[in-house]
Amino acid sequence: MRGAAIEIVDVNKWFGDFQALRDINLSIATGEKVVICGPSGSGKSTVVRCINRLEEHQSGTISFNGVELTNDPASVASIQGDIGMVFQQFNLFPHLTVIENLMLGPMKARGLSREEAVNRAKQYLERVRIPDQANKKPAHLSGGQQQRVAIARSLCMEPKVLLFDEPTSALDPEMIAEVLDVMEELAREGMTMIVVTHEMGFARKVADKMVFMDNGEIVEQAAPEDFFERPKTQRCQKFLSQILHH
Amino acid sequence: MRLLLALSLALLLTGCASSGTWGWYVINPATDTGWTNIKFLISGMGNTILISVIAAAISIVLGLLVALPGQSKKKGWRIVNRVYVELVRSIPLLPMLFWVFYGLPIVFKSMGLNIPIDPFWGAIITLAVSDSAFTAEIYRSGIQSIARGQSEAAQTIGLSYAQTMRYVILPQAIRRILPPLANQFIYIVKMSAFASVIGMQELTRRANELVVTEYRPLEIYSLLIVEYLVLVLVISAGVRWLERKMGSDERV
Repeated sequence: MRGAAIEIVDVNKWFGDFQALRDINLSIATGEKVVICGPSGSGKSTVVRCINRLEEHQSGTISFNGVELTNDPASVASIQGDIGMVFQQFNLFPHLTVIENLMLGPMKARGLSREEAVNRAKQYLERVRIPDQANKKPAHLSGGQQQRVAIARSLCMEPKVLLFDEPTSALDPEMIAEVLDVMEELAREGMTMIVVTHEMGFARKVADKMVFMDNGEIVEQAAPEDFFERPKTQRCQKFLSQILHH
Repeated sequence: MRLLLALSLALLLTGCASSGTWGWYVINPATDTGWTNIKFLISGMGNTILISVIAAAISIVLGLLVALPGQSKKKGWRIVNRVYVELVRSIPLLPMLFWVFYGLPIVFKSMGLNIPIDPFWGAIITLAVSDSAFTAEIYRSGIQSIARGQSEAAQTIGLSYAQTMRYVILPQAIRRILPPLANQFIYIVKMSAFASVIGMQELTRRANELVVTEYRPLEIYSLLIVEYLVLVLVISAGVRWLERKMGSDERV
């Protein structure tokens, strides 16, 4: 079972004249947890957004379970259901209740009946420990609760891979832990995860592989113990000292 | 409202002072002729409402169909949208009405089709098409006001473009665009008066016909204005009710 779930080969991306990604090569195995860090504007989010086709890369290839990502709308839709995404700003649907947020994908994209979707939604709300908020609108929840709903919404699609784009950056400090706890639990259960984050404590606990990006390129890729104890490049050393000693 | 009342009262008083200017007998409900005239004038109301409502309904659908290609990533689709909007909104209503009523049947005939256009449908087509360019722009602003993260989140749970629009974007956009859409409806109601020139029996046409026989334009057109005023005020009240109803669960 353990093949490369996601294979990124020589990927380049430009926004106009600005090169956002330079020759990115990254391979993520099924069940692997990868944490991507780096200064802002380094291209971390762009990598993640290219993986589920929210952004299009201009050269190189990205494949998911051996199938290359193309522009074919049908394949894009199927990939986007299988690769879940948790956003920094949660992006819950404000006009729907929590449980409706969770049911939408399973019913419309997966064709589940209402009853099946309700059961599945309840099951995942339980998983993220907010079963009692099912009928509230997202606006009535705290930031931490909203982000857990967003995680549950992704899980309802039963994705093969979960992407996290700075999931705790928009949260008040006291709410970060509740979201990281849920993410750690997912990691223990064997979910394939790619997480863009500055939470180095979480990274140490969970990551199989650390990726450091700067200026659109991957500067360093290493196992967490090597990465934190023996960073090879100066840029990475500098970044780590800034982020760990503040 | 109070200002309007004061204004009409002032008009009325000056009218009475210089006797002979006003001849309210023509629409005096106390007399048989007056009452018949009033009933004749008001009988156009049904058609005014009918063509306005049908035209607005078509415009709301057509406007969305025009707005969506404007959001496309493909340039060709966006051009279709721009050309339609710029072309349609630059044609004044009256020439378009003439073109549809007198010109379009000739176009149909040259294509071997025998589709007559009566005043009723001529007015509706013109009002709907002319209004759709504005409706499309209203949809555009509504759709663009919904944060990009919403459609991205919809994509990541596997929703297609149509599903994203249907379940995520439009339900949120519609609440924001309800007030401008209501404005457009009021605009349609008022512009429907133009239908009188192609013989549509609506409020303005009735007034015109009565003026020709009674020679009392001032009184009859005054009543005509009041008829539109009442109509628009009723619509405004309805829209405010609808806004409250939809806004109640909008607390985001």
